[in-house]
Amino acid sequence: MQRFLSFLTVLGFLFFQVAWAEEKQPDQVLKEMMGEVLTTLSSDESYRTDTAKLNQLVEKNIFPHINFRRMTALAVGRDWRKATEEEKTRLTNAFTALLVRTYSNALANYGNEKVVYKPVKMSEGVTEVLAKIEIQQPGSKPVNFDTRLEKKEGTWKVYDVAVEGISLVTNYRDQFAQTLKKGGFPALIDLLENQSQSLINKK
Amino acid sequence: MRFFFCLLGFLSCCAWAEENLENIEKNSESTVENRDSWEAFNRKMFKVHTVVYKSVVKPVAQTYGKIVPLPVHVSLNNAFSNPTDLWVGANNLLQGKPKSAGSDVLRFLINSTLGIFGVFDVASEMGIAKNDEDFGQTLAVWGVPPGKYLFIPGIGPKYTRDAIGWLVDSNPLWWVISPIRARNIALGVNALETTVQILPLYQMVEESGIDPYVMIRESYFQRRNNQIWDGEAPITEEEDDYSKE
Repeated sequence: MQRFLSFLTVLGFLFFQVAWAEEKQPDQVLKEMMGEVLTTLSSDESYRTDTAKLNQLVEKNIFPHINFRRMTALAVGRDWRKATEEEKTRLTNAFTALLVRTYSNALANYGNEKVVYKPVKMSEGVTEVLAKIEIQQPGSKPVNFDTRLEKKEGTWKVYDVAVEGISLVTNYRDQFAQTLKKGGFPALIDLLENQSQSLINKK
Repeated sequence: MRFFFCLLGFLSCCAWAEENLENIEKNSESTVENRDSWEAFNRKMFKVHTVVYKSVVKPVAQTYGKIVPLPVHVSLNNAFSNPTDLWVGANNLLQGKPKSAGSDVLRFLINSTLGIFGVFDVASEMGIAKNDEDFGQTLAVWGVPPGKYLFIPGIGPKYTRDAIGWLVDSNPLWWVISPIRARNIALGVNALETTVQILPLYQMVEESGIDPYVMIRESYFQRRNNQIWDGEAPITEEEDDYSKE
């Protein structure tokens, strides 16, 4: 097992080098982002019960490929422009923390479903693209997992995901709007920070 | 001659359905603001639902989910799901999609025979994926507007249009199982299986939702739109320059 792991590490390192040499395409980014996490999850049961360990795995493999700031901006909507720089940073951090807790828990339920990465249709020079993933499970309709990526400084990063057409960003917009209307950005930051804190305490 | 008229009728049905699909977007956009005008009532219903779910439904489904081994879950779900392909096919036909309807019927035939009464989903393995249609979607394609948003305890979120569709929707399996006692047991097990499947989803809503009521409502709006458009809903281009920094 030990030897196999080190073999994998070397292989991963090689892949990393090769991938670095040529510019990575969106579907490649997704494969890289999900592949490692899913293989680890299916080979090591301990990740399912150890939340800290799981969060670490997610932070290491998934974080670098996500543009959390844009994700937060889109969830806030047009009012984003009215926020101060400090509010933007705090909001992004709080929202990120909340998303990580909930989605890590969802990952813990991963039961070796087959993940299919659909080829991405894209024309020369585009900077935003839709990449589709299909999660196939026996006995039910395949689940569509659509991701939106943007190219910035030569790298593709995810800024929205939609499961069965339900966009994460759009989903939070109405919830954010309610709080923003009542208490502005300070209230929203408070709410998000408290929400993820209560999730930590529950564990 | 009769066949010719049937064909003509069917083709005009197709054209009509297609034309209506173009109007759906306008319909849904114009009502987006006042769709949940029964919010006060809906929130009360949601509270009732949550209490019953947490105290009774969740613990029962969790226990059932743990006792029954995974292969049994899969086989049961397959067997319950198999006859619904006929209903899905009928709706595809009503929506002017004969090709999809054909694949639904083919799925039913393959799974009922090779799949041993639907216990194994052989058709999916062969690459014939299950479609997702119901009568509410058919009404939508025919141009019926979504109406108001309703939250019904035990059933969940529904547009009034889809609540009517839901009343019409049926699994052909229930028509053929007799005696009534056997049918009722099957209905119960089916309900348990459905609940087991949504347990992780529900947990996610509870944890990620700032306001679970709004979370479920928004998810329902988006999912329904996605279902009606068979996953190909037109992207509404919105101004999002503010997010590009």
